[in-house]
Amino acid sequence: MSARGARLGLRTAALGYLFLLLAAPVGLIFFRTFEHGLGPAWEAVTTPEAQHAFYLTFVMIAIAVPLNTVFGVTCALMLVRSRMPGKALVNALIDMPFAVSPVVIGLALVLVYGNDGWFGGWLTERGIQVIFSVPGMILATIFVSLPFVVREVVPVLREIGTEQEQAASTLGASGWQTFRRVTLPSIRWGLTYGIVLATARSLGEFGAISVVSGKLSGQTETATLFVEQRFHQFDLTGAYAASMVLAVMALTTLLAMNFLNRRRTH
Amino acid sequence: MAIAAGNVCKRFEDFVALDDVSISVPEGSLTALLGPSGSGKSTLLRVIAGLERPDAGRVMINGRDATALRPQERGVGFVFQHYAAFKHMTVEDNIAFGLSIRKRPKREIKARVAELLGLVHLEGFADRYPGQLSGGQRQRMALARALAVEPKVLLLDEPFGALDARVRKDLRIWLRRLHDEVHVTTIFVTHDQEEAMDVAEQIVVMNDGRVEQAGRPRDLYEHPANEFVMSFIGPVNRIGNEFIRPHDFELRLEPNGSTEEAMIDRVVHLGFEVRVEFSLRDGSQAWAQLARAEADQLELHAGQILFVRPDASKVFTGGGAGI
Repeated sequence: MSARGARLGLRTAALGYLFLLLAAPVGLIFFRTFEHGLGPAWEAVTTPEAQHAFYLTFVMIAIAVPLNTVFGVTCALMLVRSRMPGKALVNALIDMPFAVSPVVIGLALVLVYGNDGWFGGWLTERGIQVIFSVPGMILATIFVSLPFVVREVVPVLREIGTEQEQAASTLGASGWQTFRRVTLPSIRWGLTYGIVLATARSLGEFGAISVVSGKLSGQTETATLFVEQRFHQFDLTGAYAASMVLAVMALTTLLAMNFLNRRRTH
Repeated sequence: MAIAAGNVCKRFEDFVALDDVSISVPEGSLTALLGPSGSGKSTLLRVIAGLERPDAGRVMINGRDATALRPQERGVGFVFQHYAAFKHMTVEDNIAFGLSIRKRPKREIKARVAELLGLVHLEGFADRYPGQLSGGQRQRMALARALAVEPKVLLLDEPFGALDARVRKDLRIWLRRLHDEVHVTTIFVTHDQEEAMDVAEQIVVMNDGRVEQAGRPRDLYEHPANEFVMSFIGPVNRIGNEFIRPHDFELRLEPNGSTEEAMIDRVVHLGFEVRVEFSLRDGSQAWAQLARAEADQLELHAGQILFVRPDASKVFTGGGAGI
């Protein structure tokens, strides 16, 4: 085969793969959502349950992402800049949410915070319910979206090195001033990229939340759980419409990511 | 003394970077820390700046014990080999950094930055980013940034090390002139003996984490304390236990009793000067440096037999200097 033929073949294979596995299913969701026109789809995603589900997903993101951002930057600074012992262990632990299935994470949270868990009883006595309630779901979301900011910021910190920070300190800047005026602006693109990834991950989280939520409609149901629930109750329009909204949100984050990636390489 | 470091020790794990080092730098002087890589010269500079904490010893800056002070409290300006430019800031913001940290009024900052841009010949570059400057321009910007806060002491860590040879030479002449204008006590680190001789009023020669000798460039050249200083400051030949500078050979076509027979291996013309490489009868090799006119007169060529005699040589015994 000629080089051109090979290139053409490769391209066709890659595009075909993408079409069958990504574009076709997402496109079908789009098609099915609007099969019966705009009206039913709109109604399906504006029911109180649906609204509450999207609201809850938003709450998850609004709490988990900022926390993981602050933690992620602090942790990355510690991993790259400090000489403290136990760094290797922290480094390995951070990747755990990547390696462990979300369902297992959910179960682990139940073991620790459930009524029979380590802290569960103590917390219940004080009127705090974590499992089968929103706090547990937030914990699960934090857990699964934890590595992104750290993993995006660490290489950037390594690359910029310490000289700019040292220069700032000889010019009279305190630790905080150096961080705010030199370090933070230098890592801003990596940080933003990490935040976008963490948001996308929180948006789509299903497994861990499904275990710890209890799936009470209108109470502990996020958008992804709402889709599943509608699907099981044969409300396909509802399931497809909610999926649609999730897909559009994910697509928006994806586009933001792409845009940032281009900024970053400049 | 503007800067005095006393009995400073610093080790990095198994590596001894500074082994009981003491130096003193007079107010307003331009001092070079000269030595091969790994000699501890950069570490000493970083200890003075507070960027490295010594294991033992003291650092005095303008009569004040600065050993425990953080870098931002020492009032030193530091210039890095690789510029350490704030890449996300314009040239103007880079230079203004120290002043804006000190919360000076905007108008004052603006005026001071303009003045410094003139001093480092970067007028018209205020709105550029460091990425849009050449290496030499970036280093001049870094120097202006360090000078902006009127430091008591200016510390330069191999400031021209990352630049190409021509820019290096221009910048070191420029640094010399700048020092005459600003008069701030300056220490700069270099591994280039020519650069040190050219720019500095005082040279501290370092090797293996110790100070080998400190003094004026000419004194070091003429009265080196030991073999290391002699061979590091300027070229040297070793014949037996004698050390001879290449320009200290007398070359004759006839023997005169005190000369030794030698055969020319190679004659290299280097513009004004000529390098004559020769072997002595015992097989040892050396080279002599002659003015071109002298070499032409002797009609030197490879394979020729001639007679050499050192005009001056040094023998070092157990670390002390001798003649």
